[in-house]
Amino acid sequence: MTQNQTQSDLDQIRRKTERREKTQKTIVYVLLTFWAIMVLFPFYWMVLTSIKSYSAYNSEYIPQFFTLTPTLQNYSDVFTTVDLGRYLMNTVIFTVITTAIMLGVTVLAAYAFARIRFKGRELVFMIFLALMMIPNELVVITNFVTITNWDMRNTFAGLILPSITSVFYIYLLRENFAAVPDELYYAAKVDGTSDLKYLFKVMIPICKPTIVTITILKVIECWNSYVWPRLITDDKLYFLVSNGIQEIRENGLGRENIPAMMAAVVVISIPLIILFLAFHKKIMEGVSRGGTKG
Amino acid sequence: MDKNNNKGWLYLLPAILFLGIFMVYPLIDVLVYSFEEQYNFASQTYSGVGLFNYSYVLHDPYFMQAIKNTFILVIITVPLSTLIALVISLGLTSIKKLRDLYQTIYFLPYVTNTLAIGLVFMIMFKKTPYSEGMINMLISTFGGKSVDFIDGPYWAKMFVLCFYTIWIVLPFKILILTSALASVNQDYYNAAKIDGTGKWRIFTRITLPMISSSLFYLVITGFIGAFKSYSDAVALFGTDLNAAGMNTIVGYVYDMLYGDSGGYPSYAAAAALVLFAIVMTITCINMLVRKKYVFQ
Repeated sequence: MTQNQTQSDLDQIRRKTERREKTQKTIVYVLLTFWAIMVLFPFYWMVLTSIKSYSAYNSEYIPQFFTLTPTLQNYSDVFTTVDLGRYLMNTVIFTVITTAIMLGVTVLAAYAFARIRFKGRELVFMIFLALMMIPNELVVITNFVTITNWDMRNTFAGLILPSITSVFYIYLLRENFAAVPDELYYAAKVDGTSDLKYLFKVMIPICKPTIVTITILKVIECWNSYVWPRLITDDKLYFLVSNGIQEIRENGLGRENIPAMMAAVVVISIPLIILFLAFHKKIMEGVSRGGTKG
Repeated sequence: MDKNNNKGWLYLLPAILFLGIFMVYPLIDVLVYSFEEQYNFASQTYSGVGLFNYSYVLHDPYFMQAIKNTFILVIITVPLSTLIALVISLGLTSIKKLRDLYQTIYFLPYVTNTLAIGLVFMIMFKKTPYSEGMINMLISTFGGKSVDFIDGPYWAKMFVLCFYTIWIVLPFKILILTSALASVNQDYYNAAKIDGTGKWRIFTRITLPMISSSLFYLVITGFIGAFKSYSDAVALFGTDLNAAGMNTIVGYVYDMLYGDSGGYPSYAAAAALVLFAIVMTITCINMLVRKKYVFQ
C-alpha cells in the first residue's frame, strides 16, 4: 500500500519534471525559429519583390506577402537597362586577381616565418602582428593619394594593389606551416630538395584546408568590398557590384523601380550564397578562428 | 646561415613591399597630413604646420553630428547584440535536433553584401505616398501609427540603422559564443548537477566565467566595429549621409576625402586620427575591465 503510494508519487514528480522540460524546450525552439525567420525574411522579401511586375508592385498600397503572377522581366531589365553584367564581370576579375596575388604573397611570407631561419625574423614578425591592429580607415587616405598620383584611378591595378595584403592570413597560415613536423623538412633537405620545391610538394598539400579557408574568406571580402572601390572609381566601366548597386539605386533604373532593384540585389547575392551553401562548414570554421567582418 | 638570410628576406619581399607602401608609409603620412595646414590637393602645397585641421574638424557641425550618431549606434548595438547573441547561443547549445540547420541560417547574413541587403531593409522600412511598406503594414495591423523610417524623424532612422547593424553583426557573435559554449568542459556541469545546483547559479558560476574571455573579445571587437560603421548607413540612407543627418565618423572621413564635399585630405586625416584616439581609449578601458573580470 505505502509502496504503491511512493511509486505513484515518484511517477507524478517525474511527469512534472518531464512536462517542465518539454515546455522549456518548446520555448527555446519558438525563440530560435523566431530569429531564423528574422534572418530569412529579408531574403524572402527580396526574391518576392524581384518577381513582381513594376505595375503590380506599385499598385499595392499594402504590400502582399505572395504573388500569383510572377515575372522574370526585372531580371532581363537589370542586364539591359543598367550594366549589371559589367559590374559582375569587374567584380569577378577583381576578386580572382586579388585573391590569387594575395595567396602567392601570403604563402611565401608564411613559409619564411615558419621554416626559414634568418636574422631579424622574430622582429619582423612582431611588426607584422602589430600591423594587424591598424584600422583600414587610417591608411586609406594616403593610399587614395598614392593611387591618384600614380594615375591609377579607374584601373584594375588601382583597385587591386592596396587590397592584396592581409596580415591576418599570413599569421593564420604561418601557424599552420609551423605545425608541420621539422623531420619532413630535414629529410627533404638530405634528399637535396630545394625550399621552393618542398613548399609546393609538401607544405601546401598538407596545409590545403587552411589555404582553402583563407581563399574563401578573401573571396567574400573582395566580393563585398565597397569603400575602396568607391574612392578609386568614378567611371562606371570599373564599378564593382557594391558600387553598381548604389549607382542603380541613385541613378540607374529610376528611384521608383524597386522590383528591378531587388532583381539586381538577388543577382549580386546569389554567387556568395552558393559559395556559402557549398562551403559553410569551412567558412564558419575559418571565421571562428579569428576573422572579423570588414 | 648567410644563404638562409637572403632567402628569408626574398620570400618576405612581396609582403614587405605591399605592407610598406600601403600600410606603414600611410600610417606615418596620415600623421603628417593631419598637421599640414591648408593643404592643397592639386598643387600639393601647404601653408603651415599646426593643429588647425583638428580644430576645424572638431568645430564642424557635420562632424559633431557624426560623433553623436556613432556614439548612439555604439551604445545601443554593442550591448544589445552581445546579449541577443548570448541568448541565442545558449538556446542553440541546449538543443540537438535541427541545431546545424539553425546555425547555418543564422550565419547567412555574414556572407551577404552589406550594400545589397541594406537596400532590402530600405524598401521594407520605407514609406512612400503610393506604398506603405512592409514594416509599416505590420505596425498598422497592431494598431500603431505608421512612420517613414528612411526619410522620417531622427529616432526612426536611428532605429533602422541599429536594427540593421545588429542583424549584420549577430552571425559573427553567435558563431563565436556557440563555439565557446561547446568548449566548456562537461565535467563542471555534471558535478553541479550532482550537487543539485540551480540553473541560474550554474549559468552565473560556471557558464559565464568559462566563456568570459570570448564575451570580452566580442565586446572589444564589437566596439571597434561599431565605431567604424559606415557601409550600413550608406546602404540604408544613400551616399549623401550628411543630408540625411545620419553620417558616421568614418563616413565623415570619406566625405572629406572624396565626392562632392571632398578634396580635403588634411581634414580627413585629422578626423581619422580623432576616431583612432577614441577607439584606442575605449579599447584600453575594455582591456582594464577585462583584466579585472575575466576568469583565468
